[in-house]
Amino acid sequence: MKADPRGVLTGTHFLDGDHACCEGALAAGARFAAGYPITPSTEVVERFASRVPKVGGTFIQMEDELAASITLQGAVWGGAKAFTVTSGPGFSLMMEHIGYAAMTETPCVFVDVQRGGPSTGLPTLPAQADMMQARWGSHGDYEIIALCPNSPQECFDLTIQAFNFSEEFRVPVMFMMDEVVGHMTEKVIIPPADQIEVVPRRHTRKAVEDYLPYGTNGDGVPEMAHAGEGYKFHVTGLTHDEHGYPNMTPATQDKLVRRLQNKIHDAIDRITLLEEECFDSEDVVVVSYGITSRVAQRAIEMARERGLKVGKLRLITCWPFPEKRIRELAATTKAFVVPELNLGQMVREVERAANGKARTFAVPHAGGSVHRPEDILKVIVEASR
Amino acid sequence: MTILDVTNPVEPFLRTDRMPHIWCPGCGIGTTVNCFARALIESKIDLQSLALVSGIGCTGRVAGYVKLDSFHTTHGRAIPFATGLKLANPKLNVIVYSGDGDLSAIGGNHLIHAARRNIDLKVICVNNLIYAMTGGQTAPTTPGHAITSTSPYGTCEPAFNLPHLVEAAGAVYVARWTTFHVKQLARSIGEAFQKKGFSFIEVISPCPTLYQRRNKLGDGLDTMKYYKEKSKVKHGAPTSEVGLTMTGEIIVGKFVDRDRPDYQSLLHAQMVESLGESYVEPSETVCSCS
Repeated sequence: MKADPRGVLTGTHFLDGDHACCEGALAAGARFAAGYPITPSTEVVERFASRVPKVGGTFIQMEDELAASITLQGAVWGGAKAFTVTSGPGFSLMMEHIGYAAMTETPCVFVDVQRGGPSTGLPTLPAQADMMQARWGSHGDYEIIALCPNSPQECFDLTIQAFNFSEEFRVPVMFMMDEVVGHMTEKVIIPPADQIEVVPRRHTRKAVEDYLPYGTNGDGVPEMAHAGEGYKFHVTGLTHDEHGYPNMTPATQDKLVRRLQNKIHDAIDRITLLEEECFDSEDVVVVSYGITSRVAQRAIEMARERGLKVGKLRLITCWPFPEKRIRELAATTKAFVVPELNLGQMVREVERAANGKARTFAVPHAGGSVHRPEDILKVIVEASR
Repeated sequence: MTILDVTNPVEPFLRTDRMPHIWCPGCGIGTTVNCFARALIESKIDLQSLALVSGIGCTGRVAGYVKLDSFHTTHGRAIPFATGLKLANPKLNVIVYSGDGDLSAIGGNHLIHAARRNIDLKVICVNNLIYAMTGGQTAPTTPGHAITSTSPYGTCEPAFNLPHLVEAAGAVYVARWTTFHVKQLARSIGEAFQKKGFSFIEVISPCPTLYQRRNKLGDGLDTMKYYKEKSKVKHGAPTSEVGLTMTGEIIVGKFVDRDRPDYQSLLHAQMVESLGESYVEPSETVCSCS
């Protein structure tokens, strides 16, 4: 369906990434946010608090991130599209409710504007060190989707995509920004509402007596009902059967947890978003994401000026990890170079997917600033030998 | 011979396909559910508008047994989940049904902030003075000197007086009963449905398996006798004076019944004042269905 025009600020704007993310959420139909202040993410909800009363929605500032990350899920079961926004320390507090959203298949978006860690770390400075936490931070086996924008324009476009994925697969989607993307101001074009595709809730059309809250129709994603509609359904974080009732047997656990994984695995080609500039048999492919991809771009140009054969692969979808494409490239490439603002997170995934067919070089950075292009170039040169 | 139709009047409110329940013999939680169902019958409230939210623990399992839209959430977070549910769909009557440990320890911060905001929630707090599901550990409500599995030599911490806490934080309706006071409890739940704002009903309830046994206080029946003998009804009692001890008097009754604008009324008034006609009511557009 098309976006509700009331939430769409059509036009050409000069926005920072945080504000663009807020506009993306409004365009996607988000009418509820619960938040707790934390640098460098707060501008997203500040703008939402200002904008949403004029388009018919609610913002509430909760007492902590534990509350914010579950309040939004209550709102989803009340019928709203909802999200929360945070940064490292708050993201840590939200982990339990990412697990709850995955287990109860509550469609929602968690925005993490990454800053340096661990702990309080570097509140005002960038990092990309929550990438593994986004994937593995809550206990148990589950799948999420994570997207990584590298510009304010993408903060707008991909926030809509994040909501759309969350509704399509009934899964929490991690929107992994970083401080630089969040605070950089650039041109953002917001199209007319009738050019914005929005995925509606998978709301059941079944009669009350035929509705099975966690029954699926083959694609592994159940239909949803909202409170107050007469379905009298039950939702629990316990292992549950198709009725939504607790059923703590190994067989039910196996069926449920495998379905939660497979509904994402089975759709990985559709979920995988990449920006690629690879020609035939590059010596080196630089794999990057978020703000680092923009620094890597300069390093790639410098390497090409020196006559090196260098390709570019930008991960827009970081989770599920696009291992198929890495595997394909590994067959024709000597090496991968993976710069990221952490001491080695996604590079492990690249190395795993390359499976020894191509060498993998990390370009680590502890955060607080971005790489210098020369530092990435140095590793490209080394890798292409 | 006449065959009597012996359908229990509360049965239509229960997920009978989930019986038997997990609660121990002598436990008071089932009694509170019975009172809750009777309050629903009495108040003739529209069941479709009701949603019940629980946290984790023995009382947290209530959500799984009532035939309502029901949510068994995470430990301590029933109130913020319920807050989101209520704000997204203000037409819902949202009940939070959970235990003392869930609501006042791990969820204590949410309890006081929801009372401060005066979110229109009806909170039923079954207080068995202990963490029962996990095997009988000390709770913030455990009275001094009581033996628990994590205070084998007796509790030394002062306990929370929950009515006092929630009154101070802003609740508009505060009552306490025991599981002996079934009529009064059902009536109180009915009254809470009539209130707009944060209502809190504490129900003192036995845990014969862990609390009464370890403290040599007898079984479920002995606890009923204790409740009967030592309870004193004092409506309007100052909540500062209703703290509990292990074997002493239990002050019960309706302590607070006052009016204060609830969160959504305040929000609406503020937005209308600041935004005038450019304010769009959330209820008009909140549903994201196609």
